[in-house]
Formats: sequence, structure tokens, C-alpha cells
Amino acid sequence: MKRRTFTRLAALALAAGVAGTPAIAQEVLKVGAVAPKTGPLAGGAAVSYWPNVKLWISDVNGRGGLKVGGKTYKLEAIEYDDQTNPGETIKAVQRLVDQDKAKIVLPPYSTGLNLAAAPIYARYGLPMITSTATTDKADALSAQFPNVFITLGGAKPVVQGVVDTMVKLRDRGDIGKKLAMVNVADAFGIELMNEAKPAFKKAGFDLVYETSYPLGTQDLSPVMKAAKAAAPDAFIAWSYPPDTFALTEQAIVEDLKVGAFFTAVATAFPAYAGRFRTGVEGVLGIGGVNADGEAFKTYAKRHEEVTGAKPDYWASAMVYSSFQVLEKSIEAVGSFDNAAIIKHIKANSFDTVIGPIKFDQHNNNPSFWTVGQWQGGVFKGVASTGRDGAVDVKKKAAWK
Amino acid sequence: MSALSSRDWGNLSLCAIALAIAACLPWTAGAYGLSIGVTIAMYTALATSWALFSGPTHYISLASAAFFGVGTYVTGIGIQYLPYWTLLPIAGVAGAVMAALVGLATLRLSGVYFVIFTLGLAEFVRQIITWSQNISGTKGIYVLTSIGEMHIYWQLLGLAALVWLLGWLIGRSRLGFALRIIGDDEAVARHSGIDTARAKILLFMVPGAVAAITGAVLAPRYVYIEPSLAFSPMLSFQVVIMALLGGTGRLWGPLVGVIPFTFLWEAISVSFPNQTTLLLGVCFLVIVYLLPKGFVGLIDLANKRMRSAEGYV
Amino acid sequence: MDILITGLLLGGTYALIAMGLNLQYGMARIMNLANGEMLVAGGFVAFWFWTGSQISPLLTVFVVAPVAFLLNWLIYLIFLRPLVKRAKSRGQLEVDSILTTFGLSFVAVGLMLAFFGGDYFSYSYLSEPVHILGDTYGANRVAAFLAAVVICGLLWLWLNRSRAGMTIRAISVAPESARLVGIDVRRTAALAFALGGAVTATGGALISTFLTLDASTGVIFTLKALVIVIMGGVGDVRGTIVAALLLGLLETFVARLVDPGLTLAAAYLLFVVILLFRPQGLFGRPTT
Repeated sequence: MKRRTFTRLAALALAAGVAGTPAIAQEVLKVGAVAPKTGPLAGGAAVSYWPNVKLWISDVNGRGGLKVGGKTYKLEAIEYDDQTNPGETIKAVQRLVDQDKAKIVLPPYSTGLNLAAAPIYARYGLPMITSTATTDKADALSAQFPNVFITLGGAKPVVQGVVDTMVKLRDRGDIGKKLAMVNVADAFGIELMNEAKPAFKKAGFDLVYETSYPLGTQDLSPVMKAAKAAAPDAFIAWSYPPDTFALTEQAIVEDLKVGAFFTAVATAFPAYAGRFRTGVEGVLGIGGVNADGEAFKTYAKRHEEVTGAKPDYWASAMVYSSFQVLEKSIEAVGSFDNAAIIKHIKANSFDTVIGPIKFDQHNNNPSFWTVGQWQGGVFKGVASTGRDGAVDVKKKAAWK
Repeated sequence: MSALSSRDWGNLSLCAIALAIAACLPWTAGAYGLSIGVTIAMYTALATSWALFSGPTHYISLASAAFFGVGTYVTGIGIQYLPYWTLLPIAGVAGAVMAALVGLATLRLSGVYFVIFTLGLAEFVRQIITWSQNISGTKGIYVLTSIGEMHIYWQLLGLAALVWLLGWLIGRSRLGFALRIIGDDEAVARHSGIDTARAKILLFMVPGAVAAITGAVLAPRYVYIEPSLAFSPMLSFQVVIMALLGGTGRLWGPLVGVIPFTFLWEAISVSFPNQTTLLLGVCFLVIVYLLPKGFVGLIDLANKRMRSAEGYV
Repeated sequence: MDILITGLLLGGTYALIAMGLNLQYGMARIMNLANGEMLVAGGFVAFWFWTGSQISPLLTVFVVAPVAFLLNWLIYLIFLRPLVKRAKSRGQLEVDSILTTFGLSFVAVGLMLAFFGGDYFSYSYLSEPVHILGDTYGANRVAAFLAAVVICGLLWLWLNRSRAGMTIRAISVAPESARLVGIDVRRTAALAFALGGAVTATGGALISTFLTLDASTGVIFTLKALVIVIMGGVGDVRGTIVAALLLGLLETFVARLVDPGLTLAAAYLLFVVILLFRPQGLFGRPTT
């Protein structure tokens, strides 16, 4: 049903576009997208990835289509479900290029699946502007796969952002130096935990409680009880979606009294605020956006109009921005010459919904949001590596 | 072991020719065809070795993912210290040893307990690996190599050929004879002096080793290895389903399950990307209800009909 | 002390997850791999009623249970009865039912994706503290635990005291002899299967108050339920309850005193150890 309304909207938009520029011939251009619709990562992809594919195509078609070398193309998505299985991702990319003759292939979803697909994108010479992969190995990756671009950053800057935020709170006297820190025992959580431990020690914090828990733990109340018993001033969790929800709920139940409460992935999801309502006020999380900026506001509005759902306040805008970079580069180059497109991406700065993006010599986007905070029902960026629009971080008030 | 008859030689050379043709795939098919080839070769090796054990013993093992995951980790960790070619045998030995241990502990359990145990095994190994990664502070493992899709394909094809050869040899050996008796009636086998436990454990080591090697071969294709991807329980289920779809009674049974299943899977993913899961499920049900004995059963039935039509019966 | 209570609460959750499967596998002889999907569906209905019209999940179960009962009855009649008829041996039925219900779980996930989308669904219900013996616990967990006690208690009474319950137990113990004494084995098996589905969906509605679910999470619960059922002994209500509580206590104990990273590993270790020393499960009868 959603799909049908979307097609209708797209058709309407297209009709408007055609009416405006009747002289330009319309051709259909296939755009491939492969990401999980089922499997462990389907929940995240349904929030941050798939709606943006829909929105981007609707937006491009809405303004008439993609203009490439004098021709205007109407975009049409081919979506494949990789079942959160790297083997399927690889196969789907090959199918898109070989069988479907897709000229544009969007990047996959998540760190693991992006990296698994990197060699195959490289073989076809496709530009791959990843938007949901976090890695500190950008240098090694771009050396091996010069077509891969990283926009979401790595563990080091994220940890630095969190440490800076905590130091700011401590220097203001909002929190003391006692810290409880937990992580989900998965590549993501382990990497961040290992970066964070020495960084916080160096910044003069005392780790009064630390632990890890396996992905898929059903009951996190023992973790929260133990954390509370250690009486920390701040609580930090390098967590994944289900445990972000569970930890927050347990913190409310246990009435964990801290001046700063940080959880990682999914804190920026609209469903997070939907579940805990006023309780989210002051909660810190990974990511963030320039929520008061005009670019994000109009993006969020369109996102809701076209897809019927709100964007999240981290990866959503980044996913859309990476599509924009690709779109602008193709139009600027004026052909589907991938080598030229990649060169263009490397050389230029792009104006996107998260602000300007300019890649460094390792194909890494150096400026991204690292920490955000729920303030007045909106998740606003409070720390970044060079993005405009950060708001001041507030002390976490009591749970409501 | 009896001498080879001329029919055996004929079959062997036919197989060799078929293999040689299959090995030419990287030149004849495009990249997309090759990736389907990799999938087929991978599941052929896994399903055939699975059927070698499960066919005669009737134990349904859901441990493929556990061995597979161990194999990917052997490559993932080992590639930093050792040349790639030494990793495959290491993975094989690791898988076989693990299978032997599991076999020692569990093969006296009866059917369904063994099923659940093997399913739990993949989870258990995965938890242990995640935990030790967490303790040792190892990050996600990157396998950045120059090994291409076609190398992976050839290795998997070679592995599948090895499995067939092994299966054929076992079928001709005393072990194979013992297994056939165990399959018919375990009590009879025990009474006639066959060490049933030993035979089963020996046989269980085959799928263990093969799955681990397959994992080791595929690790470079994954580039980034994390437990949730390496130990995905879906793999175990797919192996079982493909093998059963083909039929476990014959050596070539799983192959005739793997090929149609792979193409079916492809066809559904292509035509109905939003309803993949739903339609796969439906196909599955159709297979179970219409092909209860797998393709092997169907082919045997067709043979029988033909023969009776020709008046042999 | 709080370890004990937290563990018991978690055990109650596990009992909710596993009890339905025990009925289906133990009594109706169907190893139902689509069990977790039924659970997620129950959870989704609760989510839908709560976010749509603020109807308490504790009331929703009275809608969920009969609907799930009917649905499972139909599933049994349409999909599983032909298998039971055609199976020549228990082993054959086991293989067939594994394959069929695996296919059904795909269908169920596909249907849920089509209707509800792949998004996480979670909501807050009764997530307020309850004080027991000086410690705090989530009210929703306590509510789910109490519901588990009620459900398991009723089931146990029904199976042991009522005529219908006795016939169900009879077909689980000796299907052949049950037929001789005039029990309609097919009808009774269908009843057991449908009842199992209803219990599972009810459990799903209850645990959705504190767990975050999405359309693809079902398989996790299927695995947990299988482990518990096998551990306790197939076809035994007491066994499932004891195994669930044991597992809950062990996981909480390990999480608090050893390392939360090892909880799941410890759970499987317990499972393995129990199987090694009592292959038929804690309360199971030795297989002949």
C-alpha cells in the first residue's frame, strides 16, 4: 500500500516536472539498492536506509529527473533484500550490474555488509559512498579500494566527542568524575569500549563500573542494578538498538540518578522518544544533526511527507546526503563514467542536508556529528568534528 | 577394498569431465554467473558432507554454522601471521577436532536432542568467541587480500570434488558397510560387533572439517568478519533444507537439491524483492508436500516407471 | 536476594516463552520452528492496541489468546495433519515438521513484514518501579511473572485434573494405547497444538511490554524455547517451569557475579551438561 501511494506521488511529481519542462525527453534509469529487509539488521535499515532510497528517488524525479549530459532520466529503484547476509549482498550487487544493468548502485547498509561488498564495488569501479559504516581503517580501505568513501566516521572521533562532552559537564560542575561504562559484546561495542577506556582515564575520570553483555541479552536489569550500586555520576553504554531501549527502561525503573546518561545506536531513533516520551529529555546519544538548521528541517518534513515516517537524527540524514553527493557528481560529470565520477567526488565539496561534505585524501569525510542530546523532544547535535549548529549540552535531569 | 570395475572407471571419468567443465565457469559466465557458481559450490560441499553423515545415521545436525564460523575465524586471525594456503588445512583440522569432541559428548543422545544440541553449539561457540574478543580487545577482523571470486570458486569446487571422492571411498570401505548396517538397525550393528559410536564420530568429523574449510575459503570474500555474520544460524538450516530437498540417500542427491534451490532463491529475490521471505516460505511448503523424498525420490520413481513401462518389472 | 528475585522474574519470562512450545512439541509431536513468530505476532497485537487506543496489554491477551487458538487450530488442520497422516515413523514426522514449520516461519515473517513493516516496535507500559523486599523491579516484569504463574498453574491443573487434559497427556505418553482406549488422537493433538499457540501468543503480548521486538526476531525466541523445553523434558509442564526458572537464575547469577558477557554461554553450558547427564531432560522419561 505504501508502495502504491509512493508510486502515485512519484507519478504526480513527475507529471509536474514534465509539465514544467516539456521539451526534455524522459528516459528511465535504474537505480539499484541492496540492504536488509529481513534478518538481524532489518529493524535499523527500515528506519535509516529504505525510507531514504524512496525519498531521494521521489525528490530527484520531483525536480524533473536526473540530468546527465543533456538527457533527463526518470529514476526507478530496484530494491533487493540481502537478508543481513554478506554473501547475498555481493550476489545482489552483481545481479544489479550484470543482469539489471543498473547504472547507479547505492551503498549497502551497516559496517559489515558495506565492507563485504567493497571488493565487488571496486571490481565494477562503482563509486561507493558509504553512509552507515563506521571504521577507523579508512586509510587501509581507501588504499585497497579507492572507490570507497566513508562519511559516518570512526570510533576514535566518536569517543573523543563523548569524552569532550563529559569533560565539559564535569568542568561546569554538573557531574563528578565517577563513570559507569558498559558495552554490547559485538564488534561495534568492543571497538568503542577499547577506545573509550584509556581516553576517559586520560581525561581524569574514574571508571567505577564497567562490563559487557552479549548481543541479545533478554534481561539487562542485573547490569543496571550493578551500575547503580557503584553510584556513578555519569552512565555510558556502547549499545545496539534492542539493548539501548532495555538499558534506558531499566535506568528509569531503577531511577538511576546521573548527571549524564549516554546510549549509542537507536538513541536518535524517533521510536526512542516515542517509547520514553518525556523521559528522554537530556539523554545523550551517538550521532546528532543540526536539528535547528533549515536544511535538516525541510529534509525531515519531506521525509515524513513522502515515506510516512520521521527520519532518525543521525544516520538518516547521512544516508540521504551520500545519495546527494552521488547525484550531484553524476550531473556535474555529465555521463556515467564511474572513474570520472569518483575523481569528481574526491576533488569537490558538496552541499547536502547535513551541510557541506568534502572528503580528505583518504576518502574520509572528516566532519560528522558524534554526540547528540534530546532537548525539548528533538535530538540535537552537541558535539561534532567540525559541523555547524551544535547546541550547548545540558545536565540530565531526573527521569520523568 | 575391491578392484574398480569398468563401470566405476566410466563413472569416475564422467565425473572428472563434468568437473573440468564446471571449472571453466569463470571464463564462460559473467561475474554474476560466477557468484551464483560460488553459492552452488559452497552449498554443494556443505550439503554433500552433511548428507554423508546424516544420510546413514539419520541424525539431523544443525552445527554447520558453528564449524563454518570457526573456519572463517581461522582465516581471519591466521591471515596476519601465516600464509593463506596453510590456513585451509588448519581450519579442516580444527573443524574435525571440534566435531570429534562434540561427537564424543553427544552422539549417544537420540535424534531430536542431538538436533537441538548442535543448534546450541553454534550459539555457544559464537558467545565464547565474542566474549574472548571482548576480553582481549580484538576489534572486528579485516581480511584484506587479493583473492578474487574465481579463486574462491575453484577452491570450493575442489573441496566439493574431494567430498565426493571421500564419500565414494567411504561407500566402498568397511566403514561404509558398517554405516549402512547402523542406518538399517543400530541394535543389529552393535550385536554384530560394530563399534557404532566410533563409526559415527569418525563420520561426523567429515562435515565438521568440510564446513570449517568452507568458512576459511569464504573469509576473504566477507572482508570484515564479525560473529553475528560468521555464525549466522540460517546457514545451518539452508544446508539441511538443500540436502533434504535433493535427498540424502545418494552421493549426488544434495547436488540436485542445491542447484534448483539456488536458482529458485535467485528467481524469487529478483522478481519479488519485497516479498522474498514470504515466497521462499511458500516454496518451501510446496517442496515438503509435493516432494517428500527429495528429488532423488522423484528421479528414482521416474526410473521405476520407465522401467516398468519397458516391461522389465 | 535481589539476584534471586531478578532471576525468578527472568525465569518467569522464559516459562512464558517456552510453555507453548512444550505443548506443541510434547503433546502434539510437532517441533514448531514457527513458534517465535507466533510470539512476535502476539507482541505486535499488544503494541498495536496500546499505541492505537491505549488498551492495556493485560487486557489485550483476552483477544490475542482466542484468535491465536483459532489460527493455530487452522494451521494444524491445513498444514500439519497431512504430515501426521503420511508419516510412517516418529523420525519421519520430525523431519517433515521441522521443514514445514521452518517454511511457515518464513511465511509468517514475510506476512508480518508486509503488514507491519520492518521497524522496531516498542512501547512503554508499566515501566515503573515496584519495591519488593527493599529492592526495585520493573512493574511490567513482575506483571509478566505473575501472569506466567497463573498460566502455568492453570495449565498444570487442567492437564492433571480435567478429562480433556488427561487425554492430552495420554497421547503424549502413549499415542498407540490412547487410541485403544477410545481417545480421538487427531482431535486431541490439534487441541494441544492450538492451545500451545494461544499460550505462546499470550506470552508474546506480555513480554512485549519490556522487550523490543521486530518482525525478524522470532527465531531468537524459538531457540530459547527449544533449549528450555528439551532441558526440562519434552511433554512435561513441571520440567519446563523448572528449566525456565533454573535458566533465569543461572543467567542472572552469572551476569551479576561472574561476567554479563558470559550469560548466554553459561546458559548453553547448562543445557549441554543437563543433556549429557540426563539425555531425556530433567523430568523426561527415558526414550526407549
